[in-house]
Amino acid sequence: MSGFPHRHLLGIEPLEPSDIETLLDTADGLKEVLDRPIKKVPALRGKTVVNLFYEPSTRTRSSFEIAEKVLSADSLSIATAASSVTKGETLLDTAKNLEAMNPDMFVVRHSAAGAPHFLARHCRSAIINAGDGAHEHPTQALLDALTLRQRKGRLKGLRVAIVGDILHSRVARSNVWLLTKMGAEVVLCGPPTLIPPGIEALCPVTYRIDEAIEGADAVMMLRIQLERMSGGFLPSLREYFQRFGLDEARVRRAKKDVVILHPGPMNRGVEIASEVADGPYSVILDQVTNGVAVRMAVLYLLLGGSGGTA
Amino acid sequence: MGELMDAARFSRTLDRMAHEIVERHPDLERAALVGVRSRGVPLAHRLARLVKRASGVDLPVGALDISLYRDDFTSIAAQPITKGTHIPFSIDGRSVIVVDDVLFTGRTVRAALDQLIDFGRPARIELAVLVDRGHRELPIRADYVGKTVSTSRGQIVQVKVQEEDGSDGVLIEEREPSAPPAVNRRTGPRKAPARRPQRPGKRP
Repeated sequence: MSGFPHRHLLGIEPLEPSDIETLLDTADGLKEVLDRPIKKVPALRGKTVVNLFYEPSTRTRSSFEIAEKVLSADSLSIATAASSVTKGETLLDTAKNLEAMNPDMFVVRHSAAGAPHFLARHCRSAIINAGDGAHEHPTQALLDALTLRQRKGRLKGLRVAIVGDILHSRVARSNVWLLTKMGAEVVLCGPPTLIPPGIEALCPVTYRIDEAIEGADAVMMLRIQLERMSGGFLPSLREYFQRFGLDEARVRRAKKDVVILHPGPMNRGVEIASEVADGPYSVILDQVTNGVAVRMAVLYLLLGGSGGTA
Repeated sequence: MGELMDAARFSRTLDRMAHEIVERHPDLERAALVGVRSRGVPLAHRLARLVKRASGVDLPVGALDISLYRDDFTSIAAQPITKGTHIPFSIDGRSVIVVDDVLFTGRTVRAALDQLIDFGRPARIELAVLVDRGHRELPIRADYVGKTVSTSRGQIVQVKVQEEDGSDGVLIEEREPSAPPAVNRRTGPRKAPARRPQRPGKRP
């Protein structure tokens, strides 16, 4: 029996709580490799991973690349701006052509929701969703959960506020799925224009940040995604900070041992004040370190053994 | 099912192995024990206590998880790693004694050696096993052996330790004749089910 009964990681929504636990436990176990004098293990020797990024990324892509290298997989990253995509090649043609070179896995980021699912239906390789439009970003939610679990010792029963641009945020969606599956209590907060209709069916929503933060064990601040806004969502960034930004006075409303998360990249002074981002309760850099461990766990569980070829 | 060792024999055996370790290490302070997960780890801690009782020297103890170094990775599915490797001391210049429950094909030891060497340069590496059951596939031998038994490949040697199983002992059993051949959902039937790693005592 395999420890992880999936071929792809397309999102958090289709996972069982036990799958999430397996991923987090494995990430915890693998984290130690990053502290070794020789940060390399032969686990994925001979496996080839293609990182196919149709959107800009610093953290996610470098984190996947480091995870692949630490596990001894051969990897290549394709920045679509410098590839045949600019010549008009479709996503499927690009993937099929790359697949003809026999990789074992694609790590895909795309601006269209469902792009990794589409590739999973048409390709032989295993697919990891590294962010699809405003849909899901499963490895981000997993690294957030790992960080929370390390700090709090559990996920069940935690009160977590997710604040900001919920509408455009795949991070928020994956986190809502993950945290509610694991028994945490999630509250979403943002301006009405940036709250997707119907989300109340998943968890409570408030338009007042003070209410969301009250008594929270963790606050997750989301970036205002200006590149996805065609205008009309916000009066001004200054007003946004005044009404929804996280400053020290607001942090005090949360529990004493609150932790502040941010998936990055941060807009200091827009959604989060610098003194909060750099404060003692900030776990933002832990999140980045845990990101490598989580991606190692996903690669290992999906590519380990015959997982990628069955 | 037959009993190879009862609890009393088990503890006498470990005690004897601890004394052998003390005898063969005039520089005992430079030695260290590293257990292979999962049952090698409690055995290593047990040996450390017995070595201390016999000599007064406290040996550092580490734990190795060899999952990431397996050579049969392509034929079995990955198992979650929950505890991982933990070596809280430098192995450079030390005599490192690798501890495992059962020595069988030698492939686990090969993986353990590869991993140890990624942690530094020990002065020497030795191997201590509670049971040597033969059928080596690699040129590997143990320096400290609790008991040597001749087995057939199909038999299962199972070591139980108080810390994980509630009692000490070593059992040998025949593979149940009525059981269907072991089938890995992903790889289909396997020719050598004796090398499936999940059951204790017969890890490759």
